[in-house]
Amino acid sequence: MATRMLMKGNHAAVYGALLAGCEAYFGYPITPASEIAEGASLLFPKLGRTFIQAESEVGAINMVYGAAGCGKRVLTASSGPGVSLKQEGLSYCAGSALPCVVVDIMRGGPGLGNIGPEQGDYNQVVKGGGHGNYRTIVLAPNSCQEMCDLTMYAFELADRYRNPVFVLTDGVIGQMMEVVELPEPVENLPDKSDWAVMGTAGTRNLINSIYLAHDEMEWWNEQLRKKYELVQQKEVMFEEYMMDDAEYAVIGFGAASRVLRTTVDMARAEGTRLGLFRPITLFPFPKKEIAALPGRGVKGILTVEMNTGQMVDDVNLALCGTDVRSGYYGRYGGNVPSAREVLDRIAELGWRSGS
Amino acid sequence: MSKASKVLRKPSSFMEIYKHKPGPEKDRTHYCPGCGHGIIHKLIAEALEDMEITERTVMISPVGCSVFLYYYFNTGNLQVAHGRAPAVATAASRANPDSVVISYQGDGDLAAIGGNNILQAANRGENIAVVFVNNAIYGMTGGQMAPTTLPGQKTTTSPYGRNPANEGYPLKMVEILNCLDAPTYLARTSLHDVPNMRKTRQAIRKAIQNVKDKKGFSLVEVLSMCPSQWRTDGPAAQKWILEKMIPTFPLGVVRDLSDEREPIARPVPVMEPTEVKRLLGLISDEEVAGASASRDFKRREVAPQHANPSIRVAGFGGQGVLSIGVALANVGMEYGYNVSWLPSYGPEMRGGTANCSVKIQEATVGAVEATEPTVVIAMNRPSMERFEKILVPGGLLIYNSTLIEIEPTRGDISVVAAPITKLADDLGNTKVQSMVAVGAYIGATGLFDLEDVVSMLPRLFPGKKELLDLNERAVRAGYDHVVAAARSRG
Repeated sequence: MATRMLMKGNHAAVYGALLAGCEAYFGYPITPASEIAEGASLLFPKLGRTFIQAESEVGAINMVYGAAGCGKRVLTASSGPGVSLKQEGLSYCAGSALPCVVVDIMRGGPGLGNIGPEQGDYNQVVKGGGHGNYRTIVLAPNSCQEMCDLTMYAFELADRYRNPVFVLTDGVIGQMMEVVELPEPVENLPDKSDWAVMGTAGTRNLINSIYLAHDEMEWWNEQLRKKYELVQQKEVMFEEYMMDDAEYAVIGFGAASRVLRTTVDMARAEGTRLGLFRPITLFPFPKKEIAALPGRGVKGILTVEMNTGQMVDDVNLALCGTDVRSGYYGRYGGNVPSAREVLDRIAELGWRSGS
Repeated sequence: MSKASKVLRKPSSFMEIYKHKPGPEKDRTHYCPGCGHGIIHKLIAEALEDMEITERTVMISPVGCSVFLYYYFNTGNLQVAHGRAPAVATAASRANPDSVVISYQGDGDLAAIGGNNILQAANRGENIAVVFVNNAIYGMTGGQMAPTTLPGQKTTTSPYGRNPANEGYPLKMVEILNCLDAPTYLARTSLHDVPNMRKTRQAIRKAIQNVKDKKGFSLVEVLSMCPSQWRTDGPAAQKWILEKMIPTFPLGVVRDLSDEREPIARPVPVMEPTEVKRLLGLISDEEVAGASASRDFKRREVAPQHANPSIRVAGFGGQGVLSIGVALANVGMEYGYNVSWLPSYGPEMRGGTANCSVKIQEATVGAVEATEPTVVIAMNRPSMERFEKILVPGGLLIYNSTLIEIEPTRGDISVVAAPITKLADDLGNTKVQSMVAVGAYIGATGLFDLEDVVSMLPRLFPGKKELLDLNERAVRAGYDHVVAAARSRG
């Protein structure tokens, strides 16, 4: 018996949810996220909590809507094609200001694609892939420990802002195993009786996203916009590795950032002052921090993704107006870039300290 | 007189003032004259009041004319996406099992876009009451064809009349749901005259009573008037139900298992931290009592070429390739190393070949895939041919000489050949070749102590004592073979 266990990233998310006081899981199987549903089916009933394998991804996200509306911490998980199906429900959750957590273990796409690891859901998740003016808060773990910790934290953020929160990562992080130190269970859950429908006299509230009058709909959109602004101000998370004296930087999230850490070590061994900047929150995106890199002496930034270039748009927006050189390198289709090929790309760009 | 005044009173389950309704008219509904919704609303409201359950009722308002159900009911209200009411109702009922959840849905919502959701909620026997208003048309969106539109019936999307050859036949939901085992109560009623309104009243009460008693899924389909979209008036609409709808949608209670069904007991969530940890196996009963003991794993002196290994294990699916990696990573964890394990997953492992990457190192693990491995454990020939190439110079290749009849080609690596499958077969079970390979690896590298690995086996293979002994003998066989071979080479 131990609180340190070797486990898959997918299983770590289940533990994180349970320790955060998540009371219900609704999901549909899909590779490479299925271990989340499997783990939940094993562990949720052990704690007297609800697990339902829903009839569809659409059913699952609407069950999430129901449980969230009834005041419970609730989780679902899927991968690209399933997340596409959930988008309508996510728009409803955001429109009705319902806190919930969704894990997306990205696979190859578009269409049925394949089950290899990819990061092609960045746009559909980070930009709010459903209809209407909303955002989801997006956390991007790059280790099994973070799969646990950030899933736990996702519930806190979801409740703090009454908004859906994504845990977005790729098949590598979902499928790999690492040692996870399991944190203490959350002791006190927030009181939601002022807005949730809990089947009691005092909670005869209304969960709703209809605003028929245009002025009211505009007012509600304005409230949401202000909320996202606040999130942008207060909730940015990122990690730096060897950035203090960096002349060049690589930017990546999820499995790509693990590869990039090795690239940095290899570059440093060759004398090139390369550093890694890793966004942990993708919305809110660390745009101020990235914009500040040129001022810290960074001359070139290479964004490395497991897609055809999605986050790089946000990096370039952040760098707009600076004279830093910005590049992109990607592998996709289920392929993961190797540390050496990224190093080769950096050499091709002529980014070498002292040259 | 007193009786009459009671009948005319608005049930307390309705809002006194419809505060959520926009505009000045907060004392009347949004429904058209002659519409059946008002009657059905009232039958529900009276039932909630009489059963004294208004305060714990949760109404689900879907998309359709009943989207504004929440204007009227002084209950908890969830407005939901088109067709998804049964999914939302499922979660509402599970979240708070003592609440009385009522899903109120029209024909387009329930039988078209939400067809699967109602089928599955019914099949799970969710403790909800569904009031299904069938008026054979889409009312809210302006009179389009519904799944229950009658053959020949003209709508704005069937302007020549519903043609079964193109659009199929009306869906008979009560009959469809009656094929399922789980539902408790299924009935179809009508509002075409007062006696049938009374039957509707009884059916709705029965369904709600079942939810209150936790008897499971109940559904009442009500044939209801839509004079506006039928382009007619109230009396003619009622006549149309009688003459046109009922022949297609026969009335009656098709199932009533209310008396024989036991109340559904939902689990009570465990939230107390110590109990949560105990149930998750994070602390044992002994640890709860304050006692704990574990083996002390001490790191060994390791030759530099064997320190911080980046390992690729590969072979056929079924050779235990992934288990080899899991075992090594687990032992590495006990030594306090940073470890990672990455499998090839999916179809690749369900058949053909399998491989995994394991890193066991002092430093934080960056890339988890062993793209430049320092160790390759090849369990079959294709694996050796594929991964020998990517070994770093000076790396270690351990290969299964039982199944690999060729020699490695590279001269800049060290090679350990071990008859891994044969050693397992000699023990009487080919399956333990994975543990033979683990033994061979520690014999070749000295990264872990043999007895430490053996002590981990009960945790790696919880369960049968017999298998445990076999696995232990397998680890020792692999270890002994490699160590003896090295000695004989001198």
